[in-house]
Amino acid sequence: MKIVVDHGRCDAHGNCVGACPEVFYLDDNDDLHVLNEHPHEELREKVEAAVRLCPKAALSVTD
Amino acid sequence: MDRVIVVGASLAGVTACDALRRNGFEGELMLIGSETSLPYDRPPLSKALLAGKQSAADCLLRPTEWYEQMDITMLLGTRATALDLATRAIELEGGRRIRFERLVIATGAQPRALPNATVNGVHTLRTLEDSCGLMARLGAGVRVAVVGGGFIGVEVAATAWELGCDVTLIESLPSPLSRTLGDTIGQLCAGLHREHGVDVRCNVTVRDVIRNGTVNAIRLDDDSLIPVDLVVVGIGVQPCTSWLETSGLELRDGVVCDSYCRTAAPGVVAAGDIARWRHPNLGLVRFEHWENAILQGEAAAAAVLSPGASVEYAPVPYVWSDQYDRRIQVVGHPAPRDEVVIADGEVERGQFLAFYVRTGRVTAAVAFNRARLIHAIRPLLSKPLLLNKALEALGREDESRPFIAQVTGDSP
Repeated sequence: MKIVVDHGRCDAHGNCVGACPEVFYLDDNDDLHVLNEHPHEELREKVEAAVRLCPKAALSVTD
Repeated sequence: MDRVIVVGASLAGVTACDALRRNGFEGELMLIGSETSLPYDRPPLSKALLAGKQSAADCLLRPTEWYEQMDITMLLGTRATALDLATRAIELEGGRRIRFERLVIATGAQPRALPNATVNGVHTLRTLEDSCGLMARLGAGVRVAVVGGGFIGVEVAATAWELGCDVTLIESLPSPLSRTLGDTIGQLCAGLHREHGVDVRCNVTVRDVIRNGTVNAIRLDDDSLIPVDLVVVGIGVQPCTSWLETSGLELRDGVVCDSYCRTAAPGVVAAGDIARWRHPNLGLVRFEHWENAILQGEAAAAAVLSPGASVEYAPVPYVWSDQYDRRIQVVGHPAPRDEVVIADGEVERGQFLAFYVRTGRVTAAVAFNRARLIHAIRPLLSKPLLLNKALEALGREDESRPFIAQVTGDSP
């Protein structure tokens, strides 16, 4: 799977970090970073939860 | 035939539908909603949509095709009027009855009205239609009174200010947001609005709305008279349970559920603003939070799909509010009387994390523009958390450092 962040929509709520800290990371300025754009399949459930919990619908998963 | 009916085309209802299909439910799935619009997202209604920065179409939770792809039968613009558990049927406006095997109740809540104030120019804000109607009236120089300093009220006040309105915010308690967040944080909120030029009036209530065809002033119980063009009332909501009154389900400011979101009736669950459920750590609670609508919609779907479900629904509550350039995020379940200690950042700069503390334990955390920290603390709140352990988790091991100070609640 590949994670796509629409940075135009992202508003750094950080809900994705709460759902899947293995993949999403907020820095000291609360800017969002994706630690791994192609996470292991075992993280799929958590990544998909992060997608659903984004208030700005800024995240998607392809594949 | 196996039919699941979801009543309430809300975030909780749509999420329940999504979760049912995702978890393999292949029977008939029906979504009933009283509004004619496709289900939409509420946070923009007091913020981006109201400010004209987001379109109504962009507020829809899912596109039309999604409901077709998920094979969901949509009954929009249709109000459920009764639930008959003996025959396991929903009664709709007009008398039509639809039977179900399993039921998800997600009819949400509706705004409380100001007594004696059903007059042109007095608005409440709950629906997409409400927001669009209000937006059409806001603009530069419009005099707006916002009655109620809860999350909706403070957000509307901020948005109206951004649109150039002349705003008065009226709260019956000593400060806005204090009913949920206490007076310490409430005073910061009041200060934030005053800095922007909003006239914040606390410890007062509205005596009456004075009108001449439409609203032209409101009188407060301290006898002050505020000339206004429109009034927005945000004094809380009540769960939409009237259609359930004859059902026999236990209703107590919401539909009472166990820790799995199940009512006492087999195969009947509730989720979202309407559900008062037994949280394993917090007791019988009901939340009106966006994220709770999603997580509880999922939990209720799981419980109705697998009646022997083994996972209790025990989230650490989370809510956020955007006002001006501040994002306030709260995790946990604060009590207004909990002590507030600053754990990180500077209050004066509007960027900090604070803990709510009761008998040495952290009950909740609030952040102003500190998203990273609030999400770092949240998982720790799923178990009892001592203040020193919470500080340690932030890398602040010495509790006596000067940045831990109690905020004074002095009113300007």
